[in-house]
Amino acid sequence: MKSRLTIAQKLTVHAALLCVCLAFVFPFAWMVSTSLKPLEQTQELVPSLVPRPAQPQNYGEVITHPKMKFPLFARNTLVIALLCVVGTTLSSAFVAYGFAKIEFRGRGVLFAIMLATMMVPFPVTMVSMFAIFRWMGEHGLGNWLGTFRPLWVPAWFGSAFSIFLLRQFFRTLPVDLSEAARIDGCSEFGIFLRVILPLSKPALAVVALFTFMAVWNDFLGPLVYLQDQEQYTLALGLQTFQSQHEGTEWNLVMAASVLILAPVLLLFFVAQRSFIEGIATTGMKG
Amino acid sequence: MTRGEWKRLATGLTFLSPWIIGFLFFMAIPICLSFYYSLTDFPLLREPVIIGLDNYAELLWRRNETGGIGDPVFYKSLWNTFFYAAMALPSGLLLSLALALVLNLGVKGQSIYRTLIFLPTLVPMVASAMVWMWMFNTRLGVINSMLRSIGIEGPGWLTETQWAMPALVFMSLWGVGHTVIIYLAGLQDVPAALYEAAEIDGAGTWARMRHVTIPCISPVIFFNLVMGIIGTLQVFAIPYIMTGGGPARATYFYTMYLYDNAFQYLKFGYASAMAWIQFLIILVLTGIAFWSSKRWVHYQGG
Repeated sequence: MKSRLTIAQKLTVHAALLCVCLAFVFPFAWMVSTSLKPLEQTQELVPSLVPRPAQPQNYGEVITHPKMKFPLFARNTLVIALLCVVGTTLSSAFVAYGFAKIEFRGRGVLFAIMLATMMVPFPVTMVSMFAIFRWMGEHGLGNWLGTFRPLWVPAWFGSAFSIFLLRQFFRTLPVDLSEAARIDGCSEFGIFLRVILPLSKPALAVVALFTFMAVWNDFLGPLVYLQDQEQYTLALGLQTFQSQHEGTEWNLVMAASVLILAPVLLLFFVAQRSFIEGIATTGMKG
Repeated sequence: MTRGEWKRLATGLTFLSPWIIGFLFFMAIPICLSFYYSLTDFPLLREPVIIGLDNYAELLWRRNETGGIGDPVFYKSLWNTFFYAAMALPSGLLLSLALALVLNLGVKGQSIYRTLIFLPTLVPMVASAMVWMWMFNTRLGVINSMLRSIGIEGPGWLTETQWAMPALVFMSLWGVGHTVIIYLAGLQDVPAALYEAAEIDGAGTWARMRHVTIPCISPVIFFNLVMGIIGTLQVFAIPYIMTGGGPARATYFYTMYLYDNAFQYLKFGYASAMAWIQFLIILVLTGIAFWSSKRWVHYQGG
């Protein structure tokens, strides 16, 4: 809506937005501020925003804390995230190509089924998958519980959301390029690999980004499938650390929270456009 | 089918094969099994025993010890979940729409404002839970400190039964940035010509909003509504971390009771029945949203 606002209106808008943004940003500031405070300052009844003196050693203390194995949890989370990102991106692109570029009987039905699976709440499959994994473990069909497998193997079979996103994207690519390659005798897989994929880097980036975020954020999955503390992800580790520390050292908890938050913020600022476009697309073509 | 059609079918299915396999193993089979379990008594450590609709009866309609019907905790958790949805969804949608409309006015620096509003949605749930727990802390939290400095003794936000849920609803507003972005994209798709036509007809700002903006972005509103319903009905991590469902089950959400039934009480059959009821509720509500959308959602160009 391009409108000609008066100066007064513009100032009002700026003032309103400024207030709103201040409110939205405040928790971040408070998180960082607390993370740098010595313990006594967190227990003041009238706290101040500025820590006096700033104690960045809190971060070191969090990383080396015996009760919270931060580096281990970070490594676990990264391993799962990497496996999921690669798996989801590759498999979803592969499947999306089938949905987007191959005209075959029953494609519409299968696509509808795939979309429908996005409405199935996680608890429906969570409970029975747990039982299945446990049964498999007891009958020597492979150990899934107590490993990372339940958290990353499904990713290698495509994620409905990513397939949908990529399929929409592939359909916007001009047919002529694929046609030309087909005439030149290229197989479908060859077209997929050499024509479509290179053109899809932005969309693939969005999928990779969203997958990473989802894994980094995941709480219920690790809670259900991971049992050994050595395997905990950052999300689960931080929650366990905090809940087992009555009268908690909030400065350390905030420091840990900042550490968990930092990679995500970094990723965002590096890949900002991908993020915004990705979200906008899901809402528009949905 | 012609030979060409067979060939394309084979190729298509080949490309779809990872999804088909995944669908069978991680969707179809678990879903069917889960339905089967919902009809059994399955304490995990023993084999499931079929008991028919007993789980559903106990959850929904059988007389319980206190003389009421169904499982009181089930109904409490259901009520909590609906209450949260009824509070958080409308306020979230309204706030995000309002913010999107203001951001769309095109003032300078709007991308910075937009980024700042969006930032909270990136925060991992655990970190969100931690910082808000800290801010809501009754004695040491910054919210009560600020209230104290103007002479108000703030309540125990997460420790008093009447404040815990409102606190969670308030906190949910921090994450509207995601929805704002989607609305902004929708707003930018509104053709300028429509606004000009409305202006020529003498429509003021409010009238333009009511007759041009809202109808044009109604698909986006609808999408956000449906996603919102599906999302809020599955809330788990935040209340689990922040309140554990308390105080006195004031923030005990549906998925939390489901989780406890499965992994604390080891009543896998009972939990599966709860999962199916949840599934059904989501389907029905989404269906209602879709049906009602015919009334007020206008798609462009047709």
